Amino acid sequence: MRIGVMVCHCGNNIAATVDCEAVAAAAREFPDVVYATDHMYACSDPGQKTIEQTIRDLKLDGVVVASCSPRMHEMTFRRAVERAGLNRYMFEMANIREHVAWISLDRKRNTQKATDLVRMAVEKLRVDRPLTPKSFDVQKRVLIVGGGVAGIQAALDCADGGLDVLLVERKASIGGIMSKLDKTFPTIDCSVCVLGPKMVDAGQNPRITLHTCSEVEEVSGYVGNFEVKIRKRTTYVDWTKCTGCGACQEKCPSRKVPDAFNENISLTTAINIPFPQAIPKRATINAAHCIRLTKGKCGACAKICPTGAIDYEMQDEIITEKVGAIIAATGITLFDHTRLGEYGAGRYPDVVTSLAYERMLSASGPTAGHIKRPSDGREPKTVVFISCVGSRDRSVDRPYCSGFCCMYTAKQAILTRDHIPDSKAFVFYMDIRANGKGYEEFVRRAQEEYAVEYVRGRVAHIYPTAGPDGGQLMVRGADTLLGAQVEVAADLVVLAVGAESSTGAPELAEKLHISYDHYGFFMESHPKLRPVETNTVGIFLAGACQGPKDIPASVAQASAAAGKVLALLSKDKLESDPQIALVQAIRCIGCGKCERTCPFGAIRMRELRDGSKRAEVVETVCQGCGICSVTCPVRAIQLQHFTDSQLLAEVNALCRTWDETTES
Amino acid sequence: MSAPLGYYPGCSQSGTAAEYDISTRACCKALGIELADVPDWTCCGSTPAHTVDHHLAGALSARNLLQAQAAGFDRVITPCPSCLSALKTADAHLAHETYRAKVEHLLGRPGPGPVNCQSVLQVLFEQIGPGGVKAKVTRPLTGLRVAPYYGCIMNRPPGLMNFDDPENPMAMDALLSACGAEVVDFPFKTECCGAAFGMPRLDVMQRLSARILDMARSCGADAIVVACPLCQMNLDLRRGQVNSASGQDITMPVPYFTQLLGLALGLPDADLALGKLVLPLAPALIAAKEREAQREAHREGERAAKEAVKAGHRPAPQPVCEEDAPCA
Repeated sequence: MRIGVMVCHCGNNIAATVDCEAVAAAAREFPDVVYATDHMYACSDPGQKTIEQTIRDLKLDGVVVASCSPRMHEMTFRRAVERAGLNRYMFEMANIREHVAWISLDRKRNTQKATDLVRMAVEKLRVDRPLTPKSFDVQKRVLIVGGGVAGIQAALDCADGGLDVLLVERKASIGGIMSKLDKTFPTIDCSVCVLGPKMVDAGQNPRITLHTCSEVEEVSGYVGNFEVKIRKRTTYVDWTKCTGCGACQEKCPSRKVPDAFNENISLTTAINIPFPQAIPKRATINAAHCIRLTKGKCGACAKICPTGAIDYEMQDEIITEKVGAIIAATGITLFDHTRLGEYGAGRYPDVVTSLAYERMLSASGPTAGHIKRPSDGREPKTVVFISCVGSRDRSVDRPYCSGFCCMYTAKQAILTRDHIPDSKAFVFYMDIRANGKGYEEFVRRAQEEYAVEYVRGRVAHIYPTAGPDGGQLMVRGADTLLGAQVEVAADLVVLAVGAESSTGAPELAEKLHISYDHYGFFMESHPKLRPVETNTVGIFLAGACQGPKDIPASVAQASAAAGKVLALLSKDKLESDPQIALVQAIRCIGCGKCERTCPFGAIRMRELRDGSKRAEVVETVCQGCGICSVTCPVRAIQLQHFTDSQLLAEVNALCRTWDETTES
Repeated sequence: MSAPLGYYPGCSQSGTAAEYDISTRACCKALGIELADVPDWTCCGSTPAHTVDHHLAGALSARNLLQAQAAGFDRVITPCPSCLSALKTADAHLAHETYRAKVEHLLGRPGPGPVNCQSVLQVLFEQIGPGGVKAKVTRPLTGLRVAPYYGCIMNRPPGLMNFDDPENPMAMDALLSACGAEVVDFPFKTECCGAAFGMPRLDVMQRLSARILDMARSCGADAIVVACPLCQMNLDLRRGQVNSASGQDITMPVPYFTQLLGLALGLPDADLALGKLVLPLAPALIAAKEREAQREAHREGERAAKEAVKAGHRPAPQPVCEEDAPCA
């Protein structure tokens, strides 16, 4: 065998603490190495050209590059050797940057370790075998989980690109949090007016299938061929018959149901259509409050329904769909302020969340856009806004900034001053984070044009001035610019509650086999360079499920995810990675242990004509994790490119090096 | 019965707050919690020690923890939140090697191992609980409106005290409700009373304590119920100073929660030591009785009116019960 070695300086990244020329000189003495050199930047165009030229000139069978992590440039070099006519798996990479140069300043020992790593790579390459990927068909359909603004945008973009889209939403209507907002910053656009057309498009686009009141139950398969089970929760209304006329809602006698769409500040009926612009505009029955479903009496909605759509016997339904890619767009939920005793822990009706306040500001909200105190219906004259409630607060395990609260607080303060001109608005803040286009100017407008009083400091305590049910709320806080304690008697207090990962996000992540962080936000594949991808091929992220985001950022990421999906599914066939498990049927004893340990269900047992069994790997499902090969009692399953003999070759190389060359 | 709990009375409870000690011992006995004093206990160091030297303060508390461990207690309880804070702080700091070494040098012997320190309130709430109390109440405090006042440090810092909600604690509320009292939603449960500032900065203490009294009155409370001897002193013994500074004349009594608990459990007067309170509890109890009598009359009237309606008569307009209007 004829092997070439190239040791990269990576500018000074490696060369500063590793003697690259010495490593190359040592490599020339290794078995089968016919050529070894060092290079300033192996990944550069001249570097790659040198590799290709050397392969051709010296008729090499394999190449080792000692440089950075394979996560960075493995594909670059594999393509280079392939261009020169070698199989791309006849290439090994020794990581002498992250594993050597960057972690120690001891040049002598670094050089020794780099030499060891190169020797290991050479020894493995000597037993490497060419591998060939297989190609398989793909489903040209995409599943989008979450029907907020991010999910809707991704759905529209994917449909525009010619893909069939399944849009799954947990609630009865798509629209998400944006559909609850009154206005949006920094333009004070009507939120549902700008979102509405997109919702209508998503509802009418023939390529988009909406599954609302639905959740993802199970996901199996692999990129290009996912199989998804979707639970369609019962609505007790046959949506193929329901016309959304609303007659049932008028007749329903159960009228004391907290209205979740209005953040529970108003009441609705047990059968209802969540809001006027709902898509699909269909009624659902809230089983917990329906008199018929809880007590067996009533049935008013069934009597009034002109199309006979009501079905009290309806059950959940599970449907199975095949898709080629998945976009997670499950968004966020908001911090539960009842955890904070200092702000009343939910005891005071006039301490409301920012999202409840949006409903109070909204013309389609329960107060028709007139700001009224929940306790007594009076118009508040002093409104205090408290920012960072459940954000940047380590005591409640929410150390992160939610990003958008400073902006919506400025917007709500402006709207308050606009709705009630003789009112006063105070904002208690820690820092103002307004780093978007037009954002800083917007906050300045709140302060200067709308005379919103910004007080820099935290609020320590909110308490009623006279009894918990009436009067005003005293807001006591610090003004850290004055160095003084301040007290403001407020009629209404609005808590700028921060973002939390959506309820059930970790469970969904586990169904999708994607990573999530400590707070339940989904992990992107790389924080800078792969912000839309996950570590599971074919699954992408859009919007705030990946981390708190405002509307423009969510929409942008949604379009980016759609772009990724369209690029992926533009191919008719995908190539599978050949670094997967392979069963040597002659050794297999058919014990089935591998089948039971495989986390991806990639192994099945095949029965031979004599009735004995043999394991078989489903190539497209296998993820190459290697669990089966360590489970197999007779070493019949080997992970290609990481076989026992290949790994032992590396270990032997390392141990031998210790014997011969290391000083004690 | 399980082994007795180590009881650390603390200095205040053998002096200005003797009634807290007496009623605590009596309540625990009545509820089946056996206490045994930590032998030869000494001062925990209190506020003065840790404001001067953290290691000396730690050594004072560590000595008491050693005494407790030597006597075989793995749990020490104390009525005083300040003692509790000192003992818990020492216990937590002793986990750090350098701190431990210095304290052991001061002690001249190995320091104590980890000791579980709890307040009497926590033990009563977690071990007996509102249900257990309710079952033993013989003289319910019906009609008595109480404002439970926990003070700053019963629940804080939360990481150290590790009991109840640090901003809106409910343990005392629940126990008092179990005694039959009406617990008002008191927003100043954890406000500062001025604590030891009563000495160097009387004006600060006066302002802070006056606020608490004012809030309790506006909530319609008959009494402020406390769990801390220093809070009790500022609100009770120093009432004249507080009233004179605020220009108010609030005579609301400030009993310890154990005194009211003992009252509800039907313990004899000697176990309650109500006579040691500066502001007498009696007016509050009388007000409660009158309120209850008035309500009973009102209920009686309603019953009569209902029967009259049943009998076909027009109901006579009922006088509104003043006490049922929301407090203002």
